[in-house]
Amino acid sequence: MSEITKKLVVSASPHFRAKDTTTKIMLDVIIAMIPALVAAVILFGVRSLVLTVVSVISCVVFEYLSRKVMKRHNTIGDLSAVVTGMLLAFNLPSTMPVWMVIIGAFVAIVIAKQFFGGIGNNFVNPALIGRIVLMASYPTQIGNFEAPFAYKTVDAVTTATPLAQMTGVYSAENLGTAIDNANLPSLLDMFFGVKGGCLGEVCILALLIGFVYLVIRKVISPVIPLVYMGTVAVAMLIAGKGNFEFVAYQLMAGGLVLGAVFMATDYTTSPVSFKGKIIYAIGCGLLTSLIRIFGSLPEGVSFSIIIMNILVPHIEHLTTARPFGEVKEKKNKKEEVK
Amino acid sequence: MAEKKSLAKEFSKGLIKENPVLRLVLGTCPTLAVSTSVESAIGMGLAATVVLVCSNIVISAMRKVIPSKVRIPAYIVIIAGFVTLVQMLVKAFLPQIDEMLGVYLPLIVVNCIILGRAEAFASKNTVLYSAVDGVGMGVGFTAALLLMGGIRELLGAGSIAGFTVFPEAIPPMTIFVLAPGGFFVFGILIALANKVAERNGKPKAELKGCSACPMASTCSLVGSKEACKEETK
Repeated sequence: MSEITKKLVVSASPHFRAKDTTTKIMLDVIIAMIPALVAAVILFGVRSLVLTVVSVISCVVFEYLSRKVMKRHNTIGDLSAVVTGMLLAFNLPSTMPVWMVIIGAFVAIVIAKQFFGGIGNNFVNPALIGRIVLMASYPTQIGNFEAPFAYKTVDAVTTATPLAQMTGVYSAENLGTAIDNANLPSLLDMFFGVKGGCLGEVCILALLIGFVYLVIRKVISPVIPLVYMGTVAVAMLIAGKGNFEFVAYQLMAGGLVLGAVFMATDYTTSPVSFKGKIIYAIGCGLLTSLIRIFGSLPEGVSFSIIIMNILVPHIEHLTTARPFGEVKEKKNKKEEVK
Repeated sequence: MAEKKSLAKEFSKGLIKENPVLRLVLGTCPTLAVSTSVESAIGMGLAATVVLVCSNIVISAMRKVIPSKVRIPAYIVIIAGFVTLVQMLVKAFLPQIDEMLGVYLPLIVVNCIILGRAEAFASKNTVLYSAVDGVGMGVGFTAALLLMGGIRELLGAGSIAGFTVFPEAIPPMTIFVLAPGGFFVFGILIALANKVAERNGKPKAELKGCSACPMASTCSLVGSKEACKEETK
């Protein structure tokens, strides 16, 4: 350190100093996720709490062990593994076998995060990698959605997610009747989460409470979530030929709100600059809409966020602010020499 | 390396010290594509070894005749000849292996290991050494494929060489027989090989320097002491 203080340190933005620590920020994210967790327990029963706890504990244990094995200082105190664990569980259905959740936690923490250097160095969102690996490995189990409140009856009732029910709607001649025929939950049910889906994605109300909390606490800037959802809304408005009911279903179905609020905004894997954030969020929105409309999968939030995560260094490169007074060098100079 | 050569050394370097897949990072394409099961890994490894040994012998024998300006096309023609031969033999006698390897069998022509050894070794050394080098590299390639194929088949299909190992209650992780699983296993194996090499004081197998990083133009470390230290490590 003494060597560094002697010379002028030139570093990339942001330069601000604040009392915020990683632990504080992660704690805020955890608090923001509590409403969605409560909603999941109400809708899908205690099993969703069990899955979340298992996921969190295994993420923390894997983080501790991998840091230990790689002989690095331990980072479980920053709570980032807890956030990853909660997000991973939020991205899985309530019927998921417990040992599969542990495999997902292993992939998320060890492969996607620690192999690349731990917090701040992961190039994609760890929880999403965990989900995608599970999705590619166990498609039947991850597509097995329990109907809400099914735990109150004796037999478990499986159900289709609204997005899966809507697969036929995109190409329908008359969108309005197609939506009516698709046997979807009402828009109010969609908002409160009375529908099939992953643990954390169903209750839009709870997710919005978390979103507002994070924005008020200035943990996230609202740019990415709003532009992301806005892009999906515009794309779906065009695809739905101006049918607003269709747009409303699309916004509330699947993992869009969960992804836009909690996963696309991850500091490490989203751009720093304002312009970069907008490009990134539009990219996420377009990819999500394209996968939903044309793809063979009903949902595309996780894949679009991962793809845009990978593009973040390039977006950052394109949108870095030029220092004040600096002339466009390099290229001009080369031409002069010629 | 030039001062003292022994046949045993030339053979054994291909196995571990200069393993073509894990240390030289050559032949990545067939490695990822056909290491989905033990059977196809063995088939691919043996086919490539045969071509490698034959082409090394012929190229080494002709090394004084081939003009250096057109050496690459000449090597390719020689390699392609042997690949065609092997392909016809496999098609005739082991049609199942042919089906399993598909397009990757004729693609041995452009396998970097074979061309790389022709350029780096066979064109400068005698026939005997080139043949031994070919066998060593071929066995190293086969061993790496076998290791990857074993891991991927065990985790991805729950079996080893076609025999089921996992009980029915544990569904295998399909991702390991898909392309992403291949990259996972490949990356982790290279990381482990690097770790072992580091412990023995050998250089890592990796892309070094700032030029490989997309953030290079905005990164404050480019050209700084820390970055140079990192590069020269």
